[in-house]
Amino acid sequence: MDQPDLAAVTHQHVAFDDGMALDCGMALGRLVVAYRTYGTLNASRSNAVLVCHALTGDQYVAETHPVTGKGGWWDMVVGPGLPVDTDRYFVICANVLGGCMGSTGPRSPRDGAAPGVLWGTDFPPVTIRDMVRAQKRLIDHLGIARLFAVIGGSMGGMQVLEWAASYPESVFAAVPVATAAYHSAQNIAFNEVGRQSLFADPDWRGGRYWESGSVPARGLAVARMVAHITYLSEQALTRKFGRRVRGGAAAGDLALFGDMFEVESYLRHQGSTFVRRFDANSYLTITRATDYFDLAAEHDGNLSAAFAGTRTRFCIISFSSDWLYPTAESRAVARALNRAAANVSFVEIASDKGHDAFLLDEPDFHRTLAGFLAGCAEHAGLPE
Amino acid sequence: MNAPPPNDSAEPVRTEGVKYVAKNMRLDLRLIAEMIAPGSRVLDIGSGDGSLIGYLYRTRGCDARGIEIDMAEVTRSVAHGLPVMHGDADSDLAQYPDGAFDYVVLSRTLQAVERPREVLRQMLRIGTSAIVSFPNFGHWQVRWQLLRSGRMPMTSVWNRPWHETPNIHPCTIRDFFHLCADEGYVVEKWLAVDDAGQRSPWRRFSGLANLFGEQALFQLRRA
Repeated sequence: MDQPDLAAVTHQHVAFDDGMALDCGMALGRLVVAYRTYGTLNASRSNAVLVCHALTGDQYVAETHPVTGKGGWWDMVVGPGLPVDTDRYFVICANVLGGCMGSTGPRSPRDGAAPGVLWGTDFPPVTIRDMVRAQKRLIDHLGIARLFAVIGGSMGGMQVLEWAASYPESVFAAVPVATAAYHSAQNIAFNEVGRQSLFADPDWRGGRYWESGSVPARGLAVARMVAHITYLSEQALTRKFGRRVRGGAAAGDLALFGDMFEVESYLRHQGSTFVRRFDANSYLTITRATDYFDLAAEHDGNLSAAFAGTRTRFCIISFSSDWLYPTAESRAVARALNRAAANVSFVEIASDKGHDAFLLDEPDFHRTLAGFLAGCAEHAGLPE
Repeated sequence: MNAPPPNDSAEPVRTEGVKYVAKNMRLDLRLIAEMIAPGSRVLDIGSGDGSLIGYLYRTRGCDARGIEIDMAEVTRSVAHGLPVMHGDADSDLAQYPDGAFDYVVLSRTLQAVERPREVLRQMLRIGTSAIVSFPNFGHWQVRWQLLRSGRMPMTSVWNRPWHETPNIHPCTIRDFFHLCADEGYVVEKWLAVDDAGQRSPWRRFSGLANLFGEQALFQLRRA
């Protein structure tokens, strides 16, 4: 465990001392948005691409992560000569509101409290729309009137949809990937299992674990393990692990406990590494935000009304083996956009890698994304 | 039918400065492209590799979009920067609002949809003009083969055995005129072409076209 403590790392950020009003009716007295940029903003400020990260992602899209020391979570997609080409586009990614990589969240100093007192579980419930509002503040701060594109997968895709619905004039092209316009009962159910496992960890201490410096590691790890299963597919698990047992275990050993199957140790590893880079209360806050998400409900139950009159060009991408945000949900978004006569491309990429496919090496996906952006750049008159 | 026939001379298609026109764009697609006014809004149902919408955008400044059922074609089209969505004529047209397009194109697909009459209605609901091409089942070879052999015809156009063909609703040029009359559609233009898409000389006489035309191309509007 020779990586820096989560709290010890500082992140590039901008602070808005006038705060921000939230959907819940409360207001944050101070808003900090941590972000990273790649590439160069052109003179006309027309080549900015906002990448929105997923639930447990962060702003370190395409560089070594300061906490984990690992490569960027989308370094196959964002970079020089890659689909989101940083030689051509100015790429921005912000840590979401409620996150734990420098943006205002449960780990931030509480408004009006004594030094050292954090928000913790008293952090106001935030929505995807609140996250997007915070990003809009950043984009305004950077002097960008219109984003060339907003791109994101999973929860990042929800933010893309929210951007297109809330600020249509500021989004030339939108690419929601492996996402949905609302959280289904199944999505909420899995999130709830994760939250309950946190609550059940004695180290969670009613959400005040930060006071004693403890971490509800077991609860957070179990939450991650459950979630991780939903990111994969049965085929992917079978292909990677099958029923293989660990090297030390003999096939005849019928042990009740311990690492027996390879898939078990894989999940345990996923759980334990996650704990070191994520805050439990952030996990609660952000999973709740995804559960609240229902874009149609923000428009009297009519999803196409969210996009009425839009001139944004959309590219909806789903993956065939994604059962967390299945293709049917993407198709529903595409059809709602059709009802609004929007310019929409819709592709389902054949993959057996489940929801995680959007983070993995999927050449068809990357070709589609690159081609869509290039086509949009032509329409936007972006210099090559 | 009374509309003046389109330009007679087979003009070469202008390709200079065009980045993406499939080199072998089918001639019937070129004929369709000639029917479409520059700068208009076009939906191509069954857009295939996207060559028509690519051509319309890049040479005519059209806002041209596609629907395609074959996912590999959709992926290829979008990867070429063309706005194409996965879907099909039978279930996706109902999603679009009235009058969303100036032209809705259905080329060589009408005979393969489940409800051709409904598809035409939807096309003329969401578009001002419908451009429809279909293989003509009234062609003399089809008639002759059925008469002579008593078996389902196999020609260069109708080239799949009856149990494998996706063409579940074949029709003749005369049938199509009747359908348009029944539905009250105005035939603004029509022409018969051979399989390569070359215009046939019989287009002024529907009876001859129905006998000698391998493909038909119609432009319709609501009455």
